[in-house]
Amino acid sequence: MTKESFIIWLIAKIILILVVFVALLLTIAFLIYAERKIIAFMQSRIGPNRVGPIGLLQPFADITKLFLKEDLIPAGADKFLFVLAPCISVFTAFMAFSVIPFGRDIVIHNVIIPLQITNLNVGVLFLMAIFAINVYGIVLAGWSSNSKYSLFGGMRSCAQMISYELPLGLSMVGILMLSHSLSLRSIVAAQSKHWFILMQMPAFIVFLISSIAETNRAPFDFPEAEPELVAGYHTEYSSFKFAMFFMAEYASMITLSALAVTLFFGGWLGPSFLPPFIWFFIKVCLMLFFFIWLRATYPRLRYDKLMKFQWTVLLPFSLLWILITGAILI
Amino acid sequence: MSMILNYLPLFILAVLVGFFIITSVILSGFIGPKNPNTTKSSPYECGIIPEDTARKKFPIKFYPVAMLFVVFDVELVFIYPWAVVFNKLGVSGYVEMVIFILILLVGYLYILKRGGFEWEKRNF
Repeated sequence: MTKESFIIWLIAKIILILVVFVALLLTIAFLIYAERKIIAFMQSRIGPNRVGPIGLLQPFADITKLFLKEDLIPAGADKFLFVLAPCISVFTAFMAFSVIPFGRDIVIHNVIIPLQITNLNVGVLFLMAIFAINVYGIVLAGWSSNSKYSLFGGMRSCAQMISYELPLGLSMVGILMLSHSLSLRSIVAAQSKHWFILMQMPAFIVFLISSIAETNRAPFDFPEAEPELVAGYHTEYSSFKFAMFFMAEYASMITLSALAVTLFFGGWLGPSFLPPFIWFFIKVCLMLFFFIWLRATYPRLRYDKLMKFQWTVLLPFSLLWILITGAILI
Repeated sequence: MSMILNYLPLFILAVLVGFFIITSVILSGFIGPKNPNTTKSSPYECGIIPEDTARKKFPIKFYPVAMLFVVFDVELVFIYPWAVVFNKLGVSGYVEMVIFILILLVGYLYILKRGGFEWEKRNF
C-alpha cells in the first residue's frame, strides 16, 4: 500500500468512526424515546409529549437534566472503582459495535473502504471478549457502592451474564460452520443466496433468549428488579454516571440487535431498490422493536428458574444443535 | 492490507470513546451543585440509618456458577476453531467432536445428579 492510499484510507476511517459514534449516540437517544412511546401506546397511555413536537426532544431534556444534577458518592464507597465502573460499561458498549458491517465497500481513488469500522478476521471472538469485559462494569458498580441492594444486584447480574454468555457463544457456532469464517463481513457475504435463519432457526431462538439475558432486559431484568432491589447495581449512582449506565444498556441492546441481524438475517443484504445501510437500519429497528415489545408483554421471571433454565435446557440444547448441524452438513 | 493495520481503527475508536467518557465525567462533576452532608451521602436503605457495611459474607451459591462457566467456556474456545475449519476436517473431525462432547457430558451429568444446577439445593 502506498503512502498516498494509506492517508486516504486513514482519513476515510476517521470520518467513518466519527459518523458511527455520533449515529450511535443519536440512536441511543431516540431508542429511549421510542421505548417510552411504544410501551405507552401498548399500555393505552400517551407517553412523553411535552418537550418538542410529539415529545421528540425528551431524551435530550433528560440527559441535560442528569448532566446538571449533583454527583453523589456514598460514604464508604471505593471511590476509584465507583467512578471506573460506569466508564467500563460505556466503553465496552461502544467498542462492541466496531466489528459490525453495515454496507457495501466504497472505493475512493482506488482505495477500498469497507463500511465497517474495522474488518477483524476474528470478529466474533472479539465480540465475545468485549461481552466478557462488560460484566466487570456491573459487578464493580455493585461492589464499590457499599450498598446492600447494589451488591445483590451486582452479584445476581454477574452470575446471570456469565451463565448466558455460554449459549450466546454456542449459538453462533452453527453460523461459523456454514460460513467458514469468524469475520462478520464474510458471514454476511456467505448469506447472499439465503439468510442463515432458514437453516439455524433453533440457534436463533437460543441466541435471542441469551441476548436478552445478556443485556439485562425484561423479562430477565433481575439486576435492577425494582420491587425487590430498588434499582440493583446502580442504586447509588446519580447524575451523569447514572446516565452512563443507561447509555451502556441501550448501546449493547443496539449492538446485539445488529449482531443478530448480521448473523441470521443477512446483515445489510437486501433488494437493490434501497441502499444497503438503509436495509441494515430497518432490520435493526425491527429487532429493537421486538426487544421493547417483549418488555411490554412479559412479567419478570424468578431468578432460580432463570439460572436453571440456562444450565439444564439452553446449554445442552445448543451443544446438541451443534452436533445436528454437523451431521446435516457432512 | 496488513493485519495489524486492521486494529488501528479500533485504537482510534478507543481514544475517541475514552475522551468522550473522561470529559463528560469531569464536566458533569464541575457543573453540578455540591452540597454534601452525612445523610445524603449514606447508602440508601429505605430511609433508615444503614446497618453495618455491605461487604460481608455472601452466599456461596454464586461462586460455583463461575467455576462451571470456566469449564464450558474453555470448551467453547475449542469448538470455535473446529467450527471454522469444519468443512476441511470431514467425517473424522465430526466424530472427534462427538467424542469430545460425550466426555464433557459425563461431567455434566455428574453435576446434574449432585444438584449443581438447582439454585435451592446447591450445597457444594
